[in-house]
Amino acid sequence: MRSVEAHPMERLLDVLREQLHLTGTKEGCGEGECGACSVVIDGRIVNSCLVPIAQVEGSEIKTIEGVASGDQLHAVQQAFIDCGGAQCGICTPGMVLAAVDLLGRNPNPSEAEIRNGLAGNLCRCTGYMKIFESVLRACQKGNEVSTTTR
Amino acid sequence: MSPQTNNRSIGKAAPRKEGRKKVTGAALYVDDISFPEMLHGTTVRSQVARGRIKSISFEGDLRWDEFTIVTAKDIPGENYVALILNDQPYLAEELINHPEEPILLLAHPDKYLLEEARRNLRIEVEELPAIFTLEDSLNQKEIVWGDDNVFKSFLVDKGNVNDVWASADFIVEGEYHTGAQEQLYIENNGAIAIANAQDGVTVWGSMQCPYYVHKALVKLFGLPEEKIRVIQTETGGGFGGKEEYPSLLAGHAALLSWKSGKPVKMIYDRAEDMVATTKRHPSRTRHKTAVAKDGKLLAMEIEFIIDGGAYCTLSPVVLSRGTIHAAGPYFCPNVRIRSSAVATNIPPHGAFRGFGAPQSIFALERQLDKVAKTIGLTPDEFRRRNFVVEGQTTATNQVIREKVDMTGLLERAFELTDYHEKTRRFRGSSPTVREGSNEVRSWVKKGIGFASFMHGAGFTGSGEVYLASVVGAEATAEGRVRILAASTEIGQGTNTIFSQIAAEALGVDESLIEVAQPDTSHVPNSGPTVASRTCMVVGKLVESAVLGLKQTLIGTGLLHETYDSAAFQQACRKHLDSVGPLKTFSTYHPPPNVRWDDEKYQGDAYGTYAWAVYVAEVSVDMLTYEVHVDDFVAVQEVGRVINPVLAAGQIEGGVAQAIGFTLFENVVWQNGRMANGQMTNYIMPTAADIPPIRVYFEENPYAYGPGGAKGIGELPMDGAAPAILSAIENATGVSFNHVPLMPEAMIDELSVLYEEAGASNRSKP
Repeated sequence: MRSVEAHPMERLLDVLREQLHLTGTKEGCGEGECGACSVVIDGRIVNSCLVPIAQVEGSEIKTIEGVASGDQLHAVQQAFIDCGGAQCGICTPGMVLAAVDLLGRNPNPSEAEIRNGLAGNLCRCTGYMKIFESVLRACQKGNEVSTTTR
Repeated sequence: MSPQTNNRSIGKAAPRKEGRKKVTGAALYVDDISFPEMLHGTTVRSQVARGRIKSISFEGDLRWDEFTIVTAKDIPGENYVALILNDQPYLAEELINHPEEPILLLAHPDKYLLEEARRNLRIEVEELPAIFTLEDSLNQKEIVWGDDNVFKSFLVDKGNVNDVWASADFIVEGEYHTGAQEQLYIENNGAIAIANAQDGVTVWGSMQCPYYVHKALVKLFGLPEEKIRVIQTETGGGFGGKEEYPSLLAGHAALLSWKSGKPVKMIYDRAEDMVATTKRHPSRTRHKTAVAKDGKLLAMEIEFIIDGGAYCTLSPVVLSRGTIHAAGPYFCPNVRIRSSAVATNIPPHGAFRGFGAPQSIFALERQLDKVAKTIGLTPDEFRRRNFVVEGQTTATNQVIREKVDMTGLLERAFELTDYHEKTRRFRGSSPTVREGSNEVRSWVKKGIGFASFMHGAGFTGSGEVYLASVVGAEATAEGRVRILAASTEIGQGTNTIFSQIAAEALGVDESLIEVAQPDTSHVPNSGPTVASRTCMVVGKLVESAVLGLKQTLIGTGLLHETYDSAAFQQACRKHLDSVGPLKTFSTYHPPPNVRWDDEKYQGDAYGTYAWAVYVAEVSVDMLTYEVHVDDFVAVQEVGRVINPVLAAGQIEGGVAQAIGFTLFENVVWQNGRMANGQMTNYIMPTAADIPPIRVYFEENPYAYGPGGAKGIGELPMDGAAPAILSAIENATGVSFNHVPLMPEAMIDELSVLYEEAGASNRSKP
């Protein structure tokens, strides 16, 4: 847990990147269209470029840097590597967070639900196919884990 | 057992080399890097399209002395971006030729103050008349560049089209247009520079071509080559948009650093990146086609015009590729192609995946659908009768020396989509839907269509010979092999496929291969990362460079003819310990029998081509005129596939961009300036918009590519637009001839058609 002081209207995105040096959160458009700056605030995924820091006082914020557990990648991250879900990588942190968020709310999404769940995150490289595959692969892995631990 | 048989790497879905860094957010892009005392830089740009600068004044109560201010007068060397014609200044001196042209640069430690400073700068300009369309440029409404507004023209002449017109059974004419398109990489352009007279200039940036930037900075600063160092940082997409533009931006950052004595970072925001940087060239193509009764092509006369914008940049090369692809994968004995790139007062257009070919292929495929309809053949039967085959010649009289099976690709694509059954079922019909207990006609019409095309890999004509690319390989202290190349990883998989190619050639594990970060101070010039050349051309050099390393190890007796990864690693280490550094280089040599005549534009335009047939299935909503692509099948022959996941990823991503080009991405121009320079109103496809893209490869190894591979990156940009418009024609019966095809344009054209039909009915007795 780290705390910072900033001008109340400073964008959460800038505070994360410039003060906390958490540069995994990216800026793509600065107007809430592309989702490259996605972070999770108190369990809800948002575009950090649209959030003045004053609004998140006392909130818990999760960025891409907090998705893996130490060296152990999250199933979604591993699936993005295995299935080709990342190409240039600039949308990837936001896309991974969106996928983790989606699976948290809905562990077995249909393809339509995956499409809608990720529609706020733009990717210019993949045509999205390999991202959908990655999410499906992560679900399968998740289900295998829950079966074996039951 | 030979090492090559027990350790195959090519053909495997090797995971992306830098994948872990990317999925954890650890990969460092240029904006993620900082230096102590770093200033932020910004560009002050022209608000007018064309004019003469009268005065610049610094207003407001800002501490102007705290700002570093750079004008054209501060440039130590040449004030042009060294590329082809060297006509584009780094900073306008007196004349302004397009909106958003850079005039002045500012740097300050506080980036918020920079914005305020930009607003308090007053630039007085005497406006001059400007032109914004290729028609106005061709008609010379104003001369805005050179003597005639023409950057470059080509003539391709095969046989004699003039002898054909009089005796042809059918002559069909058509005109086709394509619009500008923004590359829209998600990482905007950016650069950081540290520059001073003592150490020279070092630039870090998001870029495709470090040596293009290097060449430009040598001229800008008038420094020896070794005083300029260019380092590519992790790059968040390029698609051509970071081919030539970074030379300008890197120069700006370096000029500010040179003057201030401090590191300077310049990162564009989305609005600046969209309005100021390059886009795909808009085009107009006119076709006149002569056909015999039996459906054989007799003559094709093609005029291909592209709008280059205000400066030449890469337009001659874009024009060249568009020209050579304008007659497609068909055999026709008489072909004449005249083409020109012309000037307008729009920010310069530049490289974008496909590089002129998507424009001319769109026109050709729409024209061939029109011809087929005129002569009473189905679009596929007409093409079957004219597909080029081995031994025949292309428009430039290139004899096809490889086994080409366009008909086979077509049949496979049709089988996968049930094309024949669907064309019949969909044609002009409206499916029914159930409303309560009634069957009613739906407002949605379905359609299916296809396009067949090819894409040349590598630089055009003698381009690769002039480039004379070099790749190196060196043994590291850990006994691994490091590839030294300036070819950049921009998401397409350079790091991974180079590792696979090297591992396969050496018969060792991929984990033994490293790929050096492109840095001009320690990698040779392997040429630009463009033109579908990285895998096929540079990959082949990787293969021969590492084989050189292996030969040296065997020659010194440190390695036996048969070995495993551990033995190889040990031999490398021993060489470093006992003999010294181990480094080998490989230089490009053209395949035998490749001949090209730059004057006549005749001969082997490309060493080889990728061949493809794409099929699109669409729904057209007849109330809103929205088009949705429901299914997309991409069948292609690209030589041998190095990595099936990366290769499919290239095709899927390219098809998605091409769907954007066709139905979503509309650049709105107002007096030469992009009016919708935001992601809010320039719309690219989202996860909810893209159909299933089904990708199939036919493999026909190419003898001169690494492991048999050809180029792949640009091909998928070519086919979607004509395939989708063909499908819309199948659905509605209306042939549209321009992209992007927005609902508004469909209303216009369909309502005109209905009025004409109504009028002719009324005039009947």
